[in-house]
Amino acid sequence: MTPLELAQQFKAKFPGLISEPGEFRGEITLKVSDAERMPEVCALAKKELGFDYLVDITSVDNYGDDPRFTIVYHLYGYGHLCQLRLKTEVSEEKGDLPTVTSVWRTADWHEREIYDMMGVRFRGHPDLRRILMWEGYPHFPLRKDFPLSGKPTDVPEVAFTNAAPLDGGPFVTIAGGKDTMAREPRVRIPQTDALETNARLERRQDIKEAHGHSHGPGPIETKK
Amino acid sequence: MAEAQHMEFKDTAARLAEAVPALSQSPPGQDTDELQGEKMILNVGPSHPATHGVLRIVLELDGEIITGARPEVGYLHRGDEKIAENFTYTQFIPYTDRLDYLAPLANNVAYALAVEKLLGIDRQLTPRCQFIRVICCELARISSHLLGVGCYAMDVGALTVFLHTFTEREKIHNLCESLTGARFTTAYTRIGGLSRDLPPGWVEQCRQFLNEVVVNIDETETFLTRNRIFVDRTQGVGVIPRDVAVDYGLTGPNLRGSGVEHDLRKAHPYLVYDQLKFEVPVGTTGDCYDRYLVRMEEMRQSVGIVHQCLDQLPGGPINVPDGKIVLPPKDRVLTRMEELIHHFINVTQGVNAPPGEIYFGHENPKGELGFYINSKGGGTPHRLKIRSPSFVNLSILSWLLPKHMLSDVVAILGSFDFVMGECDR
Repeated sequence: MTPLELAQQFKAKFPGLISEPGEFRGEITLKVSDAERMPEVCALAKKELGFDYLVDITSVDNYGDDPRFTIVYHLYGYGHLCQLRLKTEVSEEKGDLPTVTSVWRTADWHEREIYDMMGVRFRGHPDLRRILMWEGYPHFPLRKDFPLSGKPTDVPEVAFTNAAPLDGGPFVTIAGGKDTMAREPRVRIPQTDALETNARLERRQDIKEAHGHSHGPGPIETKK
Repeated sequence: MAEAQHMEFKDTAARLAEAVPALSQSPPGQDTDELQGEKMILNVGPSHPATHGVLRIVLELDGEIITGARPEVGYLHRGDEKIAENFTYTQFIPYTDRLDYLAPLANNVAYALAVEKLLGIDRQLTPRCQFIRVICCELARISSHLLGVGCYAMDVGALTVFLHTFTEREKIHNLCESLTGARFTTAYTRIGGLSRDLPPGWVEQCRQFLNEVVVNIDETETFLTRNRIFVDRTQGVGVIPRDVAVDYGLTGPNLRGSGVEHDLRKAHPYLVYDQLKFEVPVGTTGDCYDRYLVRMEEMRQSVGIVHQCLDQLPGGPINVPDGKIVLPPKDRVLTRMEELIHHFINVTQGVNAPPGEIYFGHENPKGELGFYINSKGGGTPHRLKIRSPSFVNLSILSWLLPKHMLSDVVAILGSFDFVMGECDR
């Protein structure tokens, strides 16, 4: 049995819900138009189509588009050795979909990771807590609007309030730019870097006065 | 030694019959009702010799029996997936060293193959490149299992094995050093090829190592396989039945220990694995002892694979002849216009990947290391997800640890052979 045949069988079970199979590099992708029906779709995939192994669940942030989040499921069957990809979409306002932990228990940690990194919630999950970041962390780091350098915290010297110097640095390309010029990494302005760094050093001076110590390099002198 | 030879081993059916009820029953001589005392919470890790890194497990204990376990991961989270979104494909290669830092060469190969699948050139790699990559993967497997077995033996009380296997592992690092210039952070592959060819004399050194390591593996087995203490601590402990292993998505030796004969090198051969002869060892009961046996046999199979690759190693170039993917030779960059342009574009923008999405799963020493790449075109991925085997393998702990004794935690954790760098990414 080939993945394409399985995908056709799958589609026949849910007419109107599952899209026409798309193929890229020999991999078959099916789109599920209603995220609310994912547990039902997955349960059938496991019971009737033999997809007993859930390889992975992941999410993609299509920042600027609606619906914003795509949830990607990779299914595999040890019986027929075929892999299939299921995709469904979740809007930012809704931000949740039902869990599939009742189908595969391995979904537990994958869904926790998606919640932790992207902020998409899974309804009915037995233990939806942060998994990689710490409890109480307010942001979702893998969202596209979360800067590479991190967002401010109140904890002194833990994270910077300004964008770190690497942002737009000489070796950092800008993801998802419209064309090659927008991705061009070397649009960095040394003057701005120096201003930012020195502003941070001033804050560090405040910390030194309060705590009696501070670490780090001295200020950058701007070129004349 | 004489006693070890007289030791009797139960046959498979008897071991399985004994192991499965052991999970559902309370330990002999103790009635569960009498044990209902005050529960104690014990915090194992994040910094503990048996946790092999920074894994924290919150255990709920009733006397010495575990009644609940909550693994906490994330102490080594470095945001690799976020970093990947902001780097070109080539720039991310060094970061893959730091996923499973006990087998960096295998990670390099897995990542390169994933990007090549996205570019559609995974079937156009030169034969020499493919053979060298297989050699790298299998050396990484031997290295990782040597460490896994050595540390495991140390965890359950046999220090000699650790020192013994590390002697061989050192030789692999020497080979890595002469091959890549680094002992751990290899960053050896490039998109479409390798960073450099084999150095002169490397093949002979490698053969010599293979002849030495098989002796070492045999000696290690005499230390452990029929060692009464080791057997008592591992047999029937941490039994994972086949269906539970599949349900929790276990991969690699941990899955095969539970009797699932699945190896991505056989099921979906990449590189030249379809031309090589090797066996996939599987366990029968899925206990810690089986997982140990699977690793020992995998090392022997890997030695065989590397021997075959060295025998068949073809000549020729190591990189695909496409200047838009691989950096052109330096002497031509400095003299020819076209090569200069290729060099410039490759370095500043990276390879121009088509829009689309792929998933590539690679049989790493720890299990299935998968890369899901979502590209919107251009030199950086829009989303790169690392499906790491250690992360998925550890998720079974909350199911597996309860009903075991506290001292079994060390035996079970060691038998999983996980790496937190890969788990937390």
